[in-house]
Amino acid sequence: MNTINLTIDKKPVSVPAGTTVLEAARSLGIQIPTLCYLGLHDLNIENKPAGCRICVVEVEGRRNLAPACATDCAEGMVVSTHNIRVLNARRTVMELILSDHPFECLTCAKNGTCDLQSMAQELGIREIHYQGEKSTYRKDTSPSIIRDVDKCILCRRCEMMCNDFQTVGALSGVNRGFQAVVAPAFEMNLEYSSCTYCGQCVAVCPTAALTEVDHTGKVLRALADPGKTVIVQTAPAVRAALGEAFGMEPGTLVTGKMVSALRELGFDHVFDTDFAADLTIMEEGTELLGRLTRFLEGDKQVRLPILTSCCPAWVNFFETYFADMKDIPSTARSPQQMFGSIAKTWFAERIGVNREDLVVVSIMPCLAKKYECQREEFSVDGNPDVDYALTTRELANLIKQANLDLKQLPDSDFDQPMGESTGAAVIFGTTGGVIEAAVRTAYEIHTGKSLNRVDFKELRGLENIRSATVDFNGFPLRIGIAHGLGNARKLLEEIREGKSEYHAIEIMACPGGCIGGGGQPLHHGDSSILKARQKAIYTEDELKVIRKSHENPAIQELYASFLGQPLSEKAHHLLHTHYFEKKKRKVSIG
Amino acid sequence: MTSIKVELKQHQAEKLREVCRSFGNQEGELINVLHKAQGIFGYLPAEVQEMVAEELNVPVARVYGVVTFYSFFSMIPKGRNPISICTGTACYVRGAEKVLDEFRKQLSIGIGETTPDGKFSINCLRCVGACGLAPVVMIGEKTYGRVAPDEVKAILKEYEND
Repeated sequence: MNTINLTIDKKPVSVPAGTTVLEAARSLGIQIPTLCYLGLHDLNIENKPAGCRICVVEVEGRRNLAPACATDCAEGMVVSTHNIRVLNARRTVMELILSDHPFECLTCAKNGTCDLQSMAQELGIREIHYQGEKSTYRKDTSPSIIRDVDKCILCRRCEMMCNDFQTVGALSGVNRGFQAVVAPAFEMNLEYSSCTYCGQCVAVCPTAALTEVDHTGKVLRALADPGKTVIVQTAPAVRAALGEAFGMEPGTLVTGKMVSALRELGFDHVFDTDFAADLTIMEEGTELLGRLTRFLEGDKQVRLPILTSCCPAWVNFFETYFADMKDIPSTARSPQQMFGSIAKTWFAERIGVNREDLVVVSIMPCLAKKYECQREEFSVDGNPDVDYALTTRELANLIKQANLDLKQLPDSDFDQPMGESTGAAVIFGTTGGVIEAAVRTAYEIHTGKSLNRVDFKELRGLENIRSATVDFNGFPLRIGIAHGLGNARKLLEEIREGKSEYHAIEIMACPGGCIGGGGQPLHHGDSSILKARQKAIYTEDELKVIRKSHENPAIQELYASFLGQPLSEKAHHLLHTHYFEKKKRKVSIG
Repeated sequence: MTSIKVELKQHQAEKLREVCRSFGNQEGELINVLHKAQGIFGYLPAEVQEMVAEELNVPVARVYGVVTFYSFFSMIPKGRNPISICTGTACYVRGAEKVLDEFRKQLSIGIGETTPDGKFSINCLRCVGACGLAPVVMIGEKTYGRVAPDEVKAILKEYEND
C-alpha cells in the first residue's frame, strides 16, 4: 500500500493512500469539528456528503478551503486546521445554518444532547449576523417517530442509514433551496411509507428533526392512578447503556440500580423482559428442533432456515419486502409481547387483578417496540398486552425528574416470578445473542447431553454477516447472523434464490443488535460505545448462575402450572403470532 | 406537492416498462427514464414514479427526490393548450414579464400550473431562437410574436371552443 506524507498543523504524518484529511488529523490527535459527517467504521457505516462545510481546512496552494471529511491526503500536502481564515469560514457556515433553525433550544427534545447545539458552543457563536428565511414544514407523527423538519440541517445522516445501511428507502432528500427537506416519497407521512420504525434515523440525527414519540406522561399518569397496578419489564440492552445518560462509562452495567430506580418511580412490580426471553427460547427453540427433526426425517416440505422473530423492525421489513416468505420466520412473538400476554393472563390472575386494571410498561432500547405493542393482534378486546413502551432515553428522563441519582442508588433484585432469568436471556441484547441462547437450549434437548461449555464465541462479534457451524451430535447445524436490515436483505435474497445453506438465521435490525437500538443513549458516531455495551452484556451473562433458558425455574413453573408444553395450544394462543403482507404503500394523495 | 390521481392503463404501463427496459433497468439511468416517461405522459404522476422505482429497483422516495429536484420534471399535467412564455434576455427586455403577468391574471393560475378545466397551463422557457419577434409566446405549436399585454385576451379567445 502506498504511504503518503503530509503535514497537518505543522506536524508531519504518514498515512496509507486513501486516508482522508479528517482521519489523518485524528491520528495526530487533532479533532477537526464535524457536523454532517458520521463514521461507525467497525460497522461499515459512513456519511460524508461534505454538505455542512464545518470541517473545512486550508490546504496550501488551493484556492478554496477543503472539507476534511471528503478530501483525500496527497503527497506533500500542507494542511492548516485552525488558522483565522478557517475559523472565520466555520463560524460563517455555522451562522448560516443557525439562521434557518428555530431557536427553541430550551424546550427542545434534544436540549443537551444536540450536536448542533454543542457545535455552536464549541465554535463560540454568540451572535448570528444573517437573517435567514426560516422555512417551515408540517410535523409528522407516526406510532414511533416524530419528524420535525424545521429542525433538519440536511446532514443526510438519516437518509444514509435508511437507504444505504438499512435498504429501507423510506427517506430521501426532496425539493431544493429553502424548500429542501428529507421526506418519504410524495412527502407522505412516515406511517404510510415503507418505514420499519427501526429508529436508526433517530439514532444518528444531530438535532431534534427526528425524535421518538414520548410516552413518559402517560406512564406518569398511570403510576399516579390508585386504581391501576403498574408493572414494568426491562429489555436486556437497557442495563448496558442507561448509565451513559448519567455520565457513567459506556459499558457500565446498572442492572441493580435500574431496578431500584424503577421501584422508586412507583412501579408495583419490577420485572425483567429477560424472563420472557427465556420463554421465547423455549418456544422458538422447540420450533427450530421440530423443523429440524422433520428435515432430518426427510420431509421435503419443511421450511428451513428458520428465522428469529424478536425484532419488530425486522418483522416490519420482511412483511414489506419478503412477504412471499412469511412462513419462514419463527411464529414466536417477541419477548416484549410474550411478557405482556403472560402478565395480563397468568400473572394478573395470580395477583387477582383484572387485565383492564393492570398496566404493563416496557423499557426498550428500541423505537419499533412502540409500534409493536400497538399492533392489533397483540390486544384483547382493545386492551393491549403491553400498554406503553418507553425507550432507554425516556427512562433516563423519568429517573432525573424523580430527583434520583442513578449512580448513588443501591443495587436491588427484580421481583418474582417474572424477574427470574438466565444468562441466555441477557445476551438477547446483542447481535448473535438470540441464536446463541437458542443453541444452548436446543443442543441439550436435541442431544440429551449437557453442554460442556455454554459460550459459543464463534457466534459473537460485530461483523455485519457472520456464520458458524455447531455440531449437534454429528449433525452440522449451520447458523447465519446478520445485523442491519441491508445485511439481512442479503441473507433473505439467498433464501429466495434457493442458495441459502443455513438451518437457522438470527436477524436484528440495528447495528450491534439491541445495544445499538434507536432508543438508546446517543452514540454520536462512536462505535467503541457499542463495543463496550456488547462486552457488558456478555459480562452479565457470565455472572449469572443459570445460563440456559430451559433451566429457569420460573419458566419451568409457568409451563407446569399454566402453559403445559412448549407449542401447546395455550402457548400457541398466547405466545405465537402470524405475519401479514404489508403493501409498499401506494399513493393516496390527490 | 400534490399529484393528480391516475390509474395507469395497461398499454401505458407496458410502454413505461419498455422505456425502463431500453435503459437496461439500470438505477443510474433514472433521469433518462424519467425524461422519456415525461415525454410519454406529459408529466410524472405518482403512479409513474412508483412503476419506475419498481422497475429500476430504487426506493420511490429517491425517485420523488429526483423529480422534485429538477425543475424540468413536473407532477402536474400540462393543459390541452400549453402556453410557453419566453423569458430569455431579448424577450425579457421587450416586456415578457408584463405579458406573463397578463396571462396569469386572465387565467388565475401561476407558473407551472394548469387551469382546473385542463384547458391551459403556463410555463416559462428560455429563448426559442426567435429574438427578432420578442416577446415571443407559444401556445402548443403555434407561435405569437411581438405580443403586447393588451393582446392576451384576444389570443386566449382563439381557443374558446377548444
